[in-house]
Amino acid sequence: MSVRTELPETRVDTPEKRRALPPLLVHALAALGALAVIVALTLVTDEFTNLRIATIGYYLIAVAGLTLLTGLTGQVSLGHGAFMFIGAYTVALLVRRVPSFPLWADLLLASAAGGLAGLLAGAAAARLRGPYLAGATLALAVGLPALTRRFPDLLGGSNGLSFTVHSRPAAVVGVVPELRWQTWIVWLSVLVALVLVVNIVRGRLGRDFRAVRDDEVAAALGGIAVGRTKILAFLVSAVCGGLAGGLQAFLLGTAAPGSFTPALSLSLLAAVVLGGLGSLWGALWGAVALVYFQAWSEDLADVLHLNTDVANNLPLAVYGVILIVVVLAFPRGIQGGFQWLRGLLRRSAEQKEIHENH
Amino acid sequence: MRTTRTVAGIAVLTLALGACGGAGESDGGGGQAATDSAVGVTKDTVVIGTHQPLTGPAAPGYSKISAGARAVYQAINDGGGINGRKIDYRVEDDGYNPTKTVEVVKKLVLQDKVFAIVGGLGTPTHSKVVDYLNTEGVPDLLVSSGALAWDNPQKAPMTFGYQVDYTREGKVQGKYIKDHFAGKKIGYFTQNDDVGRDTQAGLDQFVKDQAVVRQGYDSANTDVTPQLSALKAAGAEVVVCACIPAFTALAILAAAKIGYHPQFVVSSIGADPATLAGLLQDFAKRGGASVSSGQLLAGLIGTGYLPDVAQTSDPWVAYFKGIHDKYIAKEPFTNTVLFGMVQAYTFGQALKAAGPDPTRQKVVDAMSSGVLKGPGLTPFGFSKDSHAGYTGAYVFKINPDTTTTVIQPPAVTDRGTGAITPYAGERATPEQVNLLSK
Repeated sequence: MSVRTELPETRVDTPEKRRALPPLLVHALAALGALAVIVALTLVTDEFTNLRIATIGYYLIAVAGLTLLTGLTGQVSLGHGAFMFIGAYTVALLVRRVPSFPLWADLLLASAAGGLAGLLAGAAAARLRGPYLAGATLALAVGLPALTRRFPDLLGGSNGLSFTVHSRPAAVVGVVPELRWQTWIVWLSVLVALVLVVNIVRGRLGRDFRAVRDDEVAAALGGIAVGRTKILAFLVSAVCGGLAGGLQAFLLGTAAPGSFTPALSLSLLAAVVLGGLGSLWGALWGAVALVYFQAWSEDLADVLHLNTDVANNLPLAVYGVILIVVVLAFPRGIQGGFQWLRGLLRRSAEQKEIHENH
Repeated sequence: MRTTRTVAGIAVLTLALGACGGAGESDGGGGQAATDSAVGVTKDTVVIGTHQPLTGPAAPGYSKISAGARAVYQAINDGGGINGRKIDYRVEDDGYNPTKTVEVVKKLVLQDKVFAIVGGLGTPTHSKVVDYLNTEGVPDLLVSSGALAWDNPQKAPMTFGYQVDYTREGKVQGKYIKDHFAGKKIGYFTQNDDVGRDTQAGLDQFVKDQAVVRQGYDSANTDVTPQLSALKAAGAEVVVCACIPAFTALAILAAAKIGYHPQFVVSSIGADPATLAGLLQDFAKRGGASVSSGQLLAGLIGTGYLPDVAQTSDPWVAYFKGIHDKYIAKEPFTNTVLFGMVQAYTFGQALKAAGPDPTRQKVVDAMSSGVLKGPGLTPFGFSKDSHAGYTGAYVFKINPDTTTTVIQPPAVTDRGTGAITPYAGERATPEQVNLLSK
C-alpha cells in the first residue's frame, strides 16, 4: 500500500519540473553548451582540423534537414544537393554583388532561397510518392546546376564563382585565425538552426510528420492535412539545405557546379542512413562519417602503399563497405548501434543487480 | 512560447549584427603574408604538394600526371636531391570538385606545411585557390591548365602557368585551319569554361567567318551525342575540339556512332594519342562494342608544345624514357605522363636556381628570372611582367599506328592579337641543363 501512495506524488512532480523550463530554452542551453564544446575543441586543435570541424558543421545541418524529411516524414529526397547549391550561390552572389550586406543577412537569405525552392519542390512532391518522388528530386539535383551554364555571366559557367568572405570583426583580426573564427560562425549558425529543428521535431508539427510517415490515411482521418504537412517538411528541410550550402560557400569561398553533383545528394542520403534514419543524433554521426571516413581511408591508402588505381578508389569503396556493414548489423544506423549498446549495458547492469540481490 | 522565440531570434540577430560588417568588404586583416619564408624546407627535404583529379570525371588520363611527376622526383632524390634536399611530393585527390580542391589545398598548406603547390590541375578547381595561395604567400607554380588567369603578376604574384594558354593555342590552331582548310565549314566543340572561352578567342582571330556552329559540353555530362549531332546537322567539315581527353574520346565515339567523319583538330590537353587510344578502348568496351583505336584516331590533328613520346630520337624523350623505365615501368609511357615529368623537372630547375638556401621569394624570383630552359619545343614566357608558361605550339597528325608526324613546326605568339612567328630558338639538352649534378 505504501508504494501506491508514493507513486502519484512523483507523477505530479515531473511535469511541473518540465514546465519550469520551456523546451526552447532547454534546447538553447544545450546548443550553448555544444558551442562551448566546439570552441574548446577548435582551440586545442590545429587550423586544418578546425576546417574539418566546420565541414562537419555544415554537413550536419544538411543531413539533419534530410533526416527530418526522410526519416520523420517518410519522403525520400535524392536531390538535397540542389538546395545546398541554391544556398551556396545565394551567398556567392550576395557577397560579390552586394558586399555591404552583413554575413548573417547573406546566410538568412540563403536559407530563405533554399526554403523557397523547397516550397516549390514540396508542392510538386506532395503529389508524388516512393520512386516517383525520388526520381523527381534526383532531376532537381541533376538539372539545377546546369543553370550555371545557362547564365554564364551571372553564375560563372562551369567555373563557378570564387570570392573571399570577410567575417572577422576588426577586434579579433590578428587574435583569432580566420579559419577558427569561420568555424565558430558555422557552428553558431548550425546550432541556432538545430535548436529550431529540434523544437519542430519535438513539437506538434513533428508529431504530424511522424503520423504522415506511418500512415497517411490514418493521419488524414486524424485531422492532419497530409499535403500541407509534407510541403512543410520539405520547406524546413530545404531551409536547412540552403543554410548548409550558404555556410559551405562562406567557409570555402567558392560556389561551382562541380561541387553539387548528384553524388553529393546521394552521399547526404547515405549519411542519413548511416547515422540512423529518423534520429537527429544520427545526423551528427552521419556528418562525422562523411568527413572522417574519407580522411581515414585516404590515410589508410597512404600507409598501405597501394597501387594508385586501388588507392584512388579506396575511400569510396571503404565508405560503401561501411554502409553495407552498418545497415546489415544495425539497421537503425550508428545511433541504433549506440542504443543497442546502451540497452545491453543496462541489461547487464540489471542482471548484475538481480544477481547481487539473490 | 512565441514571445521566447521572438526574443531569442532578436537576440541572435543583434549579436550577429554587432559582430560583422559587410561580408564582401575587407576586414583589414590577413593579406600581407611574409613571402620570404622557408616553410616546408628543412636541411634535407623540401615538402611540396599538388591537387590532382585521381578520381571523378577528369581522372581518365589525368590521374597519371602525378605518377610521372613522382618518378622524376624519385630520380632527383636518388641522385642526392636538389642542393642536398630531397623532394617530398604530396598528392591530394580533389576529384575535379572545386570544394574538395579548397579543402585539400588548405590541408597541404596548413597541415602538411608545404613550401609550394606545384602543378595544381584544372581551371574550375585551381581558380578557387589562387587568391588563398597568394594571400598566404605560397608559391603556386606550373599550374596544369591553360587558362589565361594564371598569368597575372600584379594580382597573383605567386602564381605561374605551365602549359601553353588556350588563346595562344587557339590562334595556332586557327591559323593552321585557315591556311589548310580554306573555305571549309568549321564547328567548335568546347568545354563550357575558360578552356572553351579562351580557345574561341584565339580561333576567332582567324576562322570566325568559317565557323558555322559552336557546341559546348560540361564535364559532368558524358553524353555528347546531341552536340555531335548538331555539328553534323550544321555540316561542319572540321571540328575543333577543345576538350579534356575523356571528352575527345567521347566525341570521336559519338561521331562514329552517328556516321559523322569530320576532320578533328584537338587541343594539346586532349590530344595525347596513347591516352586517347586507351580511353577509346575502355569507353567502347563499357558500351559493349569493340573499336580499333588506330582507325578512329588516324588523321586526327592536334597541337602540342612538348615532344611526343613516340619521337624516341628526341634527347628529352630518351631522357625521360630512362626515368620512366627505371621507376614506373608498369605505367604506359604516354604524353600525359611526360607532361607530369616535364613539370616536375621544371620545378626541380627552379628550386635549384633558387640557390642553396631556398625561400619562397627566391623560388618565385628564379621562376620569373627567365633562366628556365628545357624540355618544351617552345620557350616559357616567364619574366617579371609575364607569368605565362609555354608560349606556342606545333601541329601534328596522328598516324594509323598512333605515332605522330609533325605537320607544322613550333611557332610562338602572344595572348593578344600579335602575329604568329616560327620559333627557331635553341633548345637546351638534358646534358646542358644537368639537373641531377651535385
